[in-house]
Amino acid sequence: MKNSLEIENLRVTVDEKEILTGVDLKIKPKEVHALMGRNGSGKSTLAQTLMGNPIYKVVEGSAKIYGKEILNLEPTERAQLGLFLSFQYPSEIPGVRVYSYLRMLYNKSHEQKLSPKMFKELLQENMKLLEMDDSFADRFLNEGFSGGEKKRMEMLQMMMLEPKVVILDEVDSGLDIDAIKIVSKAVNNLMERNGTSVLLITHYSRILNHIKPDFVHIMLDGKIIKTGGEEVAQNLEEYGYSQAELVSPTVKDEE
Amino acid sequence: MKNRRLKDIRETYASKYGFSMPEKPILKAKRGLSEDVVRQISQSKGEPKWMLEYRLKALEAFNKKPMPMWGADLSKIDFQDIFYFVKPSDEEKRTWEDVPEEIKITFDRLGVPQAEREYLAGVKAQYDSEVAYSSLISDIEDKGVIFSSTDEALRKHPEIFKEYFGKVVPFADNKFSALNSAVWSGGSFVYVPKGVTVSRPLQAYFRINAQSMGQFERTLIIVEEGAFAHYVEGCTAPVYSSDSLHAAVVEVIVKPGARFRYTTIQNWSDNVYNLVTKRARVEKDAVMEWVDGNLGSKKTMKYPSCYLVGEGAKGEVLSIAYASKGQHQDAGGKMIHAAPNTSSRIISKSVSLRGGRTSYRGLVDITPAAPNSKSRVECDALILDPLSATDTFPTMRINESSANVEHEATVSKIGEEKLFYLTSRGLTESEAMSLIVSGFIEPIVKELPMEYAVELNRLIELEMEGSVG
Repeated sequence: MKNSLEIENLRVTVDEKEILTGVDLKIKPKEVHALMGRNGSGKSTLAQTLMGNPIYKVVEGSAKIYGKEILNLEPTERAQLGLFLSFQYPSEIPGVRVYSYLRMLYNKSHEQKLSPKMFKELLQENMKLLEMDDSFADRFLNEGFSGGEKKRMEMLQMMMLEPKVVILDEVDSGLDIDAIKIVSKAVNNLMERNGTSVLLITHYSRILNHIKPDFVHIMLDGKIIKTGGEEVAQNLEEYGYSQAELVSPTVKDEE
Repeated sequence: MKNRRLKDIRETYASKYGFSMPEKPILKAKRGLSEDVVRQISQSKGEPKWMLEYRLKALEAFNKKPMPMWGADLSKIDFQDIFYFVKPSDEEKRTWEDVPEEIKITFDRLGVPQAEREYLAGVKAQYDSEVAYSSLISDIEDKGVIFSSTDEALRKHPEIFKEYFGKVVPFADNKFSALNSAVWSGGSFVYVPKGVTVSRPLQAYFRINAQSMGQFERTLIIVEEGAFAHYVEGCTAPVYSSDSLHAAVVEVIVKPGARFRYTTIQNWSDNVYNLVTKRARVEKDAVMEWVDGNLGSKKTMKYPSCYLVGEGAKGEVLSIAYASKGQHQDAGGKMIHAAPNTSSRIISKSVSLRGGRTSYRGLVDITPAAPNSKSRVECDALILDPLSATDTFPTMRINESSANVEHEATVSKIGEEKLFYLTSRGLTESEAMSLIVSGFIEPIVKELPMEYAVELNRLIELEMEGSVG
């Protein structure tokens, strides 16, 4: 079976400065990979680069979704291939109502169009799962949302789009434990019904109690320096990054 | 990003509105402006002597007044190259079947009869210089509401006409009000009697068909005490290589306790100079709302005004301007507070792209006669590319110490960050841009009558498949 996401020797610069210095990562369908590391280690750069943010320049390497190279594609095309990035800092779009925006996203990402009534039911079902009040549908996209509300809005978009590969960039930051549970429930629900793979970027192992990782990677200076199971995250919690980073050699290939 | 391209909403104009019909006028004055032309207009309408004299005085004022140098560049207008009077048919028709074929085809294509059936209380369709068709549903007519062309009002209701005509906008107010007063033809006359509510909109369609044509409609609206009405006008013209001129004057009188809303969606083709004077006199506890959408034209200069002359009067201007290549929208609003406890609000949203330019120009004048008055001005500009520009010319004259005046202005660009966010969800760049633009003007679009809001969103959504809205 093809890997759902396969990254090889990815090197990326921002403003001439090399941030990713050769990332290799393979994710199989339905797997959850956690990516941990200090601030500035390159985790968010990896997420943004994979989604196609034009600020990040790819110097070398490849990234494939189900065998298809994506680094030469526009963000729109990457999304159409089933890639989704939950933003750490989602943009506010004044004047655009959540309901009509999601309807548009849904219609663009699904062959089968839904009647307004069926769409509304689907939306309400997902909002219920995320414990979002119905009134969210009438608000403007992310405008005036609290940090936690924005994260749920990201999850709602994810649920409506039903992507094949999801990158969660610190979806747990700023959330209390109840909110983390809700977000995790959504991710688990999507994985179960859609066979979605997850790359979960986080600072804390807390969320890994709710979204069980198959592999945990540690990133340092733009590279993955350590790969293992859940115990890697546990050790990290116990000893901190400096200890974890001392451990080598890197296990690159988990096949 | 590659392939950045916002499909310009003006690009669809040529196919939708840009058509023209063969000219078959029954009377066309010779090209250029002169006393003879003014006399010919007045004579062909069989006007009373006072109106001819009024026109001639206005012509004199027009000739004396210099071109305004403070707004859009008007130096390319050649007043002698324009046709001032093109009479399309012999009289206003009351049934659609009687309208001459070319005119009927035109308004059919613009969707007029359909809109009339579906949601309007009355319709008027002006083609070049005169109104070709007008109708009013009978129960509104039975309540004493008058909705006719201004020419007909002069013939049929001379007393009301003379009492109000030229009182809110005197002919010598500015160069283009003088021009309009000299050569005016057509336009709407609305009279809403005391206490009458006209719940469905009255709608006028203005169409320039003839080439190098000047359209100078004159609109006079009187809303009596405690009455309510909503008037909507839409304007389109064929795409010609030579320029046309549209210089209208609109006078509105809102009597005590009455409420009136005047909505314009100006979508002239890019060869039209649009220079319009719109002013309302707002009396005690009355409310006047101008909703002004400027999408088309080459240059627009238009600042709908409210003279708040009665205690507790309220005025509002909601303005949207959209300027693309070769366009300059110089628009805004004026609020003159001349009585105690008056309040006003001006909200302006402008979008410029492809080298287009938008200017907000506004005046808030709180006179010593207006204690405890308040005013709020918000103007937001969105610039879509580095070729385009926007500027703001707000004037505040506050001569009363108890006044409460707020002014807020923002200029924003569509950030890469927002575009990336939306494209990462599978929208194309043009969809993302049009979504941001639609969202930006949403506060004003929601005030438009449904079919205009839908049309405007359709224009701005471009080829978007999903529904916004």
